[in-house]
Amino acid sequence: MKQIKGINDFVVKFANVNGTGSASANHLFAKAIFRMGVPVSPRNIFPSNIQGLPTWYEVRVSAKGYLGRRGGVDLMLCVNPQTMEDDIASIAPGGYFVYDSTRPLAPHLKRDDISYFGIPLTAMCMREFKVARLQQLLKNVVYVGALAALLDVDFSILKDLLNDQFKGKEKLILPNVHALEMGYQFAQDNFSCPLPIRLDSSVIDAPHIRESKHILMNGNTAAALGAIYGGATVAAWYPITPSTSVVDAFSKYAERMRIDAGTGKRNFAIIQAEDELAAMGIVVGASWNGARAFTATSGPGLSLMSEFLGLAYFAELPVVLIDVQRSGPSTGMPTRSQQSDILAAAYASHGDTKHVLLFPATPRECFDMTVQAFDLAEQLQTPVIMMSDLDLGMNDWMSPPLEWDDDYEMSRGKVLDAEALDEAESWGRYQDVDGDGICYRTLPGAHPDKGAFFTRGSSKNEMAIYSEKGEDYVRNVDRLLRKFETAKSYVPEPKVHDPIPVKKPKTKLKLGALFFGTSASPSYEAVEILAEEGYPIDVMRIRAFPFHKRLDAFVHDHDMVFVIEQNRDGQMRQLIMNECHIAPDKLTSVLNYSGTPITARTIARQIRQALNVDSADIVELHPEIA
Amino acid sequence: MSYYKPKFQHPKLPKNELGYTVADYDGAVSTLCAGCGHDSISGAIRNACFLSAIPPHRIAKLSGIGCSSKMPTYFLGKSHGFNSVHGRMPSVATGASVANRDLIYLGVSGDGDTASIGMGQFVHLIRRNVNMTYIVANNGCYGLTKGQDSATADLGSVGKYGVKNPFDGIDLASLAVLQGASFVARSFSGDKEQLEPLIRAAMAHRGFAFIDVVSPCVTFANNVGSTRSYAATRDNLDAMPIDFVPMREEIRTQYKEGSSQTVTLHDGSIIHLHKASRKYKPDSREDALMALQTANRTGKVLTGLLYLDTDSQDLNHTLALATKPLNSLGKDELCPGSRVLKSINEGLR
Repeated sequence: MKQIKGINDFVVKFANVNGTGSASANHLFAKAIFRMGVPVSPRNIFPSNIQGLPTWYEVRVSAKGYLGRRGGVDLMLCVNPQTMEDDIASIAPGGYFVYDSTRPLAPHLKRDDISYFGIPLTAMCMREFKVARLQQLLKNVVYVGALAALLDVDFSILKDLLNDQFKGKEKLILPNVHALEMGYQFAQDNFSCPLPIRLDSSVIDAPHIRESKHILMNGNTAAALGAIYGGATVAAWYPITPSTSVVDAFSKYAERMRIDAGTGKRNFAIIQAEDELAAMGIVVGASWNGARAFTATSGPGLSLMSEFLGLAYFAELPVVLIDVQRSGPSTGMPTRSQQSDILAAAYASHGDTKHVLLFPATPRECFDMTVQAFDLAEQLQTPVIMMSDLDLGMNDWMSPPLEWDDDYEMSRGKVLDAEALDEAESWGRYQDVDGDGICYRTLPGAHPDKGAFFTRGSSKNEMAIYSEKGEDYVRNVDRLLRKFETAKSYVPEPKVHDPIPVKKPKTKLKLGALFFGTSASPSYEAVEILAEEGYPIDVMRIRAFPFHKRLDAFVHDHDMVFVIEQNRDGQMRQLIMNECHIAPDKLTSVLNYSGTPITARTIARQIRQALNVDSADIVELHPEIA
Repeated sequence: MSYYKPKFQHPKLPKNELGYTVADYDGAVSTLCAGCGHDSISGAIRNACFLSAIPPHRIAKLSGIGCSSKMPTYFLGKSHGFNSVHGRMPSVATGASVANRDLIYLGVSGDGDTASIGMGQFVHLIRRNVNMTYIVANNGCYGLTKGQDSATADLGSVGKYGVKNPFDGIDLASLAVLQGASFVARSFSGDKEQLEPLIRAAMAHRGFAFIDVVSPCVTFANNVGSTRSYAATRDNLDAMPIDFVPMREEIRTQYKEGSSQTVTLHDGSIIHLHKASRKYKPDSREDALMALQTANRTGKVLTGLLYLDTDSQDLNHTLALATKPLNSLGKDELCPGSRVLKSINEGLR
């Protein structure tokens, strides 16, 4: 039998039962690879459930530093009988199957094109450990030990990590290390270690990752730190997967970093609201009063917040909303990832509304863009929505380290204080003095007899006086459009990379690809795959809405542009068609909306199909079959 | 409604200790129907703030949507106002109050805004004990959409179209007492003598202060058969008069010991409950609920201070908020800086 081989280039998938402590053991495995300096991207694929349902954990190792999903499974570790049949079927020919052999494997689960590695995990743990909970939990650690032998994971790093993890709970270190060693020893004694797929930290071909001293963190934690550093003082929220950990992390850091040293009092307020309507209302009220306030939510929460988003847009209040997207509509698949709130966010609320959106692609960008969101919201006096997703928010990503410039000053926008009000000859809340559509606001309590006005969702004139006159209304909403135009020069520009040189292109068409957020990593990879196959594609990563004018130019400069995204309806494509002067035929959707993040192979396959490339010509680059 | 409000002021209008006249607490001309109870409430708010000598710009007035929620335009023109979203003023007020704990928050709502679309937020506002005064102008009907029954309309009350309301009304005062509000009162828009001191006491109270004000809708619910008409309310009024004495005026009070009950608020202000009305101590939730139920059963409108907990801890206390308002904190207080971030990076390797 031919076995898949490859150094630092494979996909391991764990099939577990949720609530059994598997995620932390699987994370231990991924973190050890990261510490070895080998590019790795772990992904938790979990159910909306606390205990007893199937859950998976996918770890991709990529010598070149590709962090998106590749597609396919080279080694499957399965301890969940519920899914074993499907799990075995999903292994690539030449792949490996590691399982709990306490009970014999059913004959129909035997494939003759993969290799089997049985480890009696349950029996070993029943024998070695007395406490029932440990017998259960340490099974996971035993298989991590076995994988260390099979794949050449640095054993001392695993032990260090266990020591770090159980700092303060020393009693737990001993049994964990014992479990690790048991697994390692069993594999050494019974299998030919290492496998043809293995790790070797001395041959890494991703200098950009090694040199920038990457960190391993999830986007939600990074966004929470962004809120801390960006000066947020009020967080209001309602628990909803996958955004919950944003406020959890904000709370954790705030308790450490925002306690007044003299009084022990808090320089922040976190309010768990009764629902998302109230969460957004609290943010609107706090922002109206001049505090930096934010909320984090996901699809259904975004729907509930729509009414308030319209008010904030029309009353011109800064609002920061972190939308960690999941699969909709309705409850959809609440623990699965998608990029499917694009249109709902861009045009949230009734009437004519448009909102500023930011699209982070890495934890580093989650941090930077959250800080920037507070600046933009106050500068533009409007809601700013950061569009993360479950894949980015809840999974650990290798990311360039977070950086901070101590000279950073918060841009509080056009706010008149008492002194400025005294100096001003005249003032009207909605007068466009500077011609950029952005007016001067005042905060409650600022001045004894100047600057008070009524904030309202109803139509008003420049002096903030209620008005139902058509011309007042039109002037106001036209100015809001002018402000949205101004926003284009404030938001992050798209990223364009130098095209990959292709010696003998197989197409005369000028090809381009647009993508954003978590679609970016696998898109870059797919573009490299297609370049090697003779199809050069220029790329642009969208980072904000309203779109930069370079996006228009990019589409005009190409014959065919792929819009790569993770939803059914091609929402980004629709938004581009709506907002730019572009013939719809030019834009071709490349989509995945299965709930698991889009893979490089899916993207490459769909682009080949669109170009009518005969797939018989294609040699798959990964995995290499020996 | 009136179209014009004269700017002329009597030159000898009395001034409060801040040097403001009552006219300094005026707002724009009301656009509500002539005779609307809500305008009397606006007047009472204006007078209360004048008498308590609160600097107008230190008050933030908030409302939802409906006739009631238009009111903040008609008083305190020097205060910032926020006419928010239907039923959602409680959340906006919550956010505003934690952002700047130094202002005085006055919410004005209606029975539709509070008892129907905003019921969820109202209950949670009480639960959090947000430091604010919350006034419901309660007329039992939807005025702006022309007279539909609201959720507080009494069972059997007849609206303008002659149809008896088939549902039990929600009693907001009972609900507030039951849910743990620290200050609950009821009054009648036509009873200025009672309403003004109640508003002053509510604004001096630390924590959530609720005043349910029966405020007849002259256009849609002032007919025979309506339990919220001026006539019906006056006929069934069971009022407990009160007086409010701010801390700094205490020396001048003339009440003889024993002629009334007194309650001292956390800032030293005193509320006098006239013994003449009835034997009633507002420090027991059980008694308050009993009195409300009894009045409801007998068709009476029990007004006055129903319940007061002077020891309540407001949301700012529960959240252990810094003394300095959150909206005034700067970079030095909020941003941990690059060194801390470096150590965070280190922990993620």
